Amino acid sequence: MVLVYIDQADQQIKKASLEALSYGAALAKQLGCQAEALVFGTIKDNLADLGKNGAQKVHQLKNETLNSLDVKVHSSLIANAAKNLNATVVVFAHNINGRAIAPAVAVKLNAGIVTGTCSLPNTENGFAVKKTVFSGKAFANINIETPIKVISINQNSFGLVAYNNAASIEEINLPIPPASIKIIKVEKIEGEIPLTEANLVVSGGRGLKGPENWGMLLDLAKALGAATACSRPVSDADWRPHHEHVGQTGIQIAPNLYIAIGISGAIQHLAGVNRSKTIVVINKDPEAPFFKAADYGVVGDAFEIVPKLTAAVLKAKAAN
Amino acid sequence: MKILVCISKTPDTTAKIAFIEGNTKFDESGVQWIINPYDEWYALVRAIELKEKDPATIIHLVTVGGVDAELIIRKALALGGDEAIRIDSTSNDSFTIAHQIAEVAKEGAYDLILTGKETIDYNSACIGSMLSALLDFPFVSLADHFELNGNTATVKREIESGEETCEVNLPLIVSCQKGMAEQRIPNMRGIMAARTKPLKVVAPMATLATTSISQFDLPPAKSGVKLIDPENMDALVKLLKEEAKVI
Repeated sequence: MVLVYIDQADQQIKKASLEALSYGAALAKQLGCQAEALVFGTIKDNLADLGKNGAQKVHQLKNETLNSLDVKVHSSLIANAAKNLNATVVVFAHNINGRAIAPAVAVKLNAGIVTGTCSLPNTENGFAVKKTVFSGKAFANINIETPIKVISINQNSFGLVAYNNAASIEEINLPIPPASIKIIKVEKIEGEIPLTEANLVVSGGRGLKGPENWGMLLDLAKALGAATACSRPVSDADWRPHHEHVGQTGIQIAPNLYIAIGISGAIQHLAGVNRSKTIVVINKDPEAPFFKAADYGVVGDAFEIVPKLTAAVLKAKAAN
Repeated sequence: MKILVCISKTPDTTAKIAFIEGNTKFDESGVQWIINPYDEWYALVRAIELKEKDPATIIHLVTVGGVDAELIIRKALALGGDEAIRIDSTSNDSFTIAHQIAEVAKEGAYDLILTGKETIDYNSACIGSMLSALLDFPFVSLADHFELNGNTATVKREIESGEETCEVNLPLIVSCQKGMAEQRIPNMRGIMAARTKPLKVVAPMATLATTSISQFDLPPAKSGVKLIDPENMDALVKLLKEEAKVI
């Protein structure tokens, strides 16, 4: 059985987990077994809906102390649940929580682990999982050699698949270990599309000359319904918050569309975005290395082009 | 207070990524090696800052690697730290590496173990979490602030919807990211001192690897950029809608 850990934030199921579930269901089909979901905490979403993303059964450990992450507690509960349910593969989203928990679960299950996979494993002769390495500059095919396997899947790499399962919900009962951390303050970023979940991203670099010029970029992002990002020099100069920094030492993203404005495309920046499905580069320097990695390029002054692009997007939307 | 900082050797961020021997091995020719940026800029420097506040603090560095990793660990010692341990293994299986470090950690009875959030070569982000399971210590990941007050640490970490501050008792493992500390450059005194700091080499314990890399691939090259007239953004929107089908 393939067990998929369903992560939550603020008692809501995250898209990354639904994607992990779609992946788990496809993997279960490939292995000739069932995909089942494991959910912790008190969730506001309708858990039976997890059937629509491929779960045949949902196991819930309903306890509000599990709503925030405590790696020691979560990893031991997931490992115990996986043992009790005889899971052979445990799947996580490679998001903030999945990154923190999955390796500890692998140790507790004596399982080999591959984090950050981007496609289904090759199970014809063994269990070979492909993962991104060198921050997106290459892939490694890794064989997992243990009977139980743990995999985490990169966000936006598999997509959501619609299923028509009626998932039954079963409450499980496991003794909850004592908390190892105490949360004393939570600061939420409201109203923004999280970068790692965004399908569309508009990003700015030094070519925008200063934080006061971000307005036109925000207008374009708003017109598209896109999240905003930036290059490292921009976040280092505090023009934009650190959490917007994409690149090798920032976050790595793989949206459907990445629009880079005034970013030259240093190799470290490309590493963070080169898994994007479509890349648009707007830069006044026709020699900017980013054009080599782009699908569409516009050579010219961003200060003239971006407002025109925003107007064109709004016009196209209005025509629909 | 005893701190263990995990240090990994990685190719420079500008290194050309290529493979040899039928794409089974990373091509190391001409590659400049550096301390994994997250280990250096955030984990190690924060440990040094803690020692500057409380000089009784002892900092040990640990790395898992061959003789060629010594250059990197000496560089780390030039920034700070009292002594280093190299575990003589070239494994790239996270499970094996974490087991080796856990043995050193048990022996040294550390109060705090700091790692970078991930290495920039294999990007596995496994070691901190695995150590937490092997040592039964609490683990706080993706931390960008860390303060110590007696036996209790106050750590700020990234969560899906923002940031969270938590209190945790030592012993503790923390994975560090941007914001944790300011980047530093080693000075001449540090470089000289690093030459004589103790560097202990220990034999690896026997563990079975749980994974093996069979082959590397490079991403397919882009077919070439399509240039759009800057006066005609309607054309770009049309291509994004009808050709790329992304908006």
